Amino acid sequence: MEDVYQELARIVGPAYVSNQPEERFIYSRDPGTMEPREPDFVVLPATTDEVQKIVLLANRKKVPLVPMGGGLVLSGLSRPLKGGIVLDLKRMNRILEVNEKSRYVLVEAGTSQGMLQAYLKKNHPTLKHSVPDSPPMATIGGNVLIHGSGHLSHAAGFHSEMLNGLEAVLPTGEVVKIGSCSISPYWFGRAPLPDLAGLFLGWFGTTGVVTKVAIKLYPNRPWQDVGVFVTEDPELVPEVFYQAAGVQVAEDITAWMAPKPDWARGFQHVNINYAADTPEELIWKRNLIRASLKKLIDQKTGGFLPLPPPMKKNFLEAPQTTLAQFADVRKGGGFEYVGGIMPIELFPNAYRAGIEIAARQGTTYSTGARIIGPGHCMMFFFAYPFNRADEADVERARRALEETNGLVLDLGGIPWKAEAPAQRQILGRMDPGTLNLMDRIRAMLDPQGIMNPGNWEVR
Amino acid sequence: MNDLKFSREICERCETFDCLTRCQYLKMDFATAREERGRLLQGEKARVLEECVTCYACEEYCSHGNHPFYHIVERQEQLGIWPVPKPVTKQQILMMAPKGKISPKKVQSPVVNMCYFPMFTGSIRGKLFEGASTIVGSDFFCNVMWLHFGKNSVIRERLPEVIANIWEHYLSDSGVEELVCFHDECYGTYTRLAPAFGIKVPFKPVHIFDYLNKRLDELKDRIQPLGQKVAYQRSCSNRLVPETQPWVDEIFKKIGAERVDRKYDRENALCCGTIFRAQQKDDLADDVQKRNLDDMAATGAKFCVFSCPACLFTLGESVFKRGIMPILLNDLCQIALGEGMKGG
Repeated sequence: MEDVYQELARIVGPAYVSNQPEERFIYSRDPGTMEPREPDFVVLPATTDEVQKIVLLANRKKVPLVPMGGGLVLSGLSRPLKGGIVLDLKRMNRILEVNEKSRYVLVEAGTSQGMLQAYLKKNHPTLKHSVPDSPPMATIGGNVLIHGSGHLSHAAGFHSEMLNGLEAVLPTGEVVKIGSCSISPYWFGRAPLPDLAGLFLGWFGTTGVVTKVAIKLYPNRPWQDVGVFVTEDPELVPEVFYQAAGVQVAEDITAWMAPKPDWARGFQHVNINYAADTPEELIWKRNLIRASLKKLIDQKTGGFLPLPPPMKKNFLEAPQTTLAQFADVRKGGGFEYVGGIMPIELFPNAYRAGIEIAARQGTTYSTGARIIGPGHCMMFFFAYPFNRADEADVERARRALEETNGLVLDLGGIPWKAEAPAQRQILGRMDPGTLNLMDRIRAMLDPQGIMNPGNWEVR
Repeated sequence: MNDLKFSREICERCETFDCLTRCQYLKMDFATAREERGRLLQGEKARVLEECVTCYACEEYCSHGNHPFYHIVERQEQLGIWPVPKPVTKQQILMMAPKGKISPKKVQSPVVNMCYFPMFTGSIRGKLFEGASTIVGSDFFCNVMWLHFGKNSVIRERLPEVIANIWEHYLSDSGVEELVCFHDECYGTYTRLAPAFGIKVPFKPVHIFDYLNKRLDELKDRIQPLGQKVAYQRSCSNRLVPETQPWVDEIFKKIGAERVDRKYDRENALCCGTIFRAQQKDDLADDVQKRNLDDMAATGAKFCVFSCPACLFTLGESVFKRGIMPILLNDLCQIALGEGMKGG
């Protein structure tokens, strides 16, 4: 393997490759519950050309290659399940173009959420991208490719739906462009061409290495507000989602439910964030949202919390920092969740079952949801924090996650960014024709089977 | 136990109906008020029970001191009327529940009860509060706010415990008999609401304005007159203790501040609007806040003094955006004493 190391060093420079135990240790795990898997090498390329050379090397040597963004997926997708090379893309973090008029940005895939957010704030303050509630070091490319969601997902859908185009290095080393950029100098969208972006979205790096992405930007309106609607009957929540989302003036609609603090237990909170160009427009939007929920308000079965302006500031943050506090509630920094993508009408069942699972597995929990589009579906999350230094605690969370993955599938949903065991559960229920198509696509693109092996293993 | 001292006879004999006809929000004529009074006394559902915005003002308007507001709230609860949606009410009750985090300690005069506003403990500083002890937290929260929610039962349940916490864990052992109420609402609770509900108060409550007034006398040589116009935002709970109003005038005079003439001051004061939002009446809150702010701004005031920290939270940002500095009265006094920022 020494020759692989030497070649990697020649490609990226010796400062950006390692086969030392400390780097291999760090890159063997993420903050979730999945068992560590050590890579043989860690490499940080700076250009598409370097990525291409590394892919060709991996092909020649038949060495597994695992692309990685921020490494924050929590479900262990960038652990090298079969060893090999972890391809850390964080050096590929250049913001290449902002098109103000057509509202998109072209970035290298390793650009972090925080970098883009700060760049736009400084240079293009009238524009913003949809920020996920992950730490700011999560990458733009990674989040798009796992079908992430964020603070504009009610308005504009999954982050993968905000993708205008991409550049990728195929498992066999060819560089391809997907979307309008394959024909035009503009990265304005994926239509009207055959949409090949699906060859890379949701595949967890098993079909190539995405090196550039263009994503849509949206107006960054100066006036912002949030309403926190509270109910104590989970059966009402789909109606809250349906009505509030149906008005289509909010940017983000999320729900949160937790047993702590004590006053939160048993209540369902729906945060409705909206923004405007003027105070008058903001009030108009507030009134539309409020009118949509009038029936529940008049029945006194739900209502908005009376929050003075200073208390709204936390709810207006993007990303939400309160999640980071919850992530360490057990101390020890362990945190993982199942995000079930499912129809909104499944909310009551998911909510009740999540609480039952946490009680049965003896772990604490937090649950919540983010509405995708105007109520087309939701990402319902069941989060379980744990102390990484306490193996029994980790095991409790792991069991809870496994049971929750099964629950999501039983309900009719699909676990999001599923861990390898959950992928097997998904594949086990998949339509045989779909399964076969996935297998054929993967075999065609990656004949050597080098790309992130162990994930989406159909055979 | 803890029966409300409301006299049906006094109410029946009343021919002014001030409690209803003077209401700034219900807009009720004399004849309607008479009918409403009848329904209230019969224990029937009435418009006032459904539409009362719970601004406390009728407690002040009643010339008989007959506690019409407490009675309205009592009836709301008896008839299962929720001024604020049920989940919001229930959650607020849980949120403000006593947490049992009492650390008994020796205290010394003046003992300032900060109610449930730990973020303002830093206000207790300088010459004004030299040597002061403070107590703060959910276990000392006066609970009068449940009047806004049609939940007298919560006050009955929690207030005796709060009073016992203050007395038994702090004042009694330290030989202190007076409690300075930082929050206007606490003073109203201990001097008016508790007696009206038959709840005994073993210590002597002192209103923050009374305390400031006396301290300013003691510190008069240090006062540098402000020479500023100051608007005053009266709180709902101050309606329980209107006798405290002259203290505001005296304090303003002593620190060289001009209490500007406002349409919405004194008996005509407007609510800060938070409770309207809790009642899901955003339009009313918008309207009342705008009128209030317009009125303040028209006076050319440099400062707006709040008697209630909760009102400051609600209106402070909007007041600031109008070019007026929102401030508590004790902080304004500290400026006059050269201990805080200078008004510019």
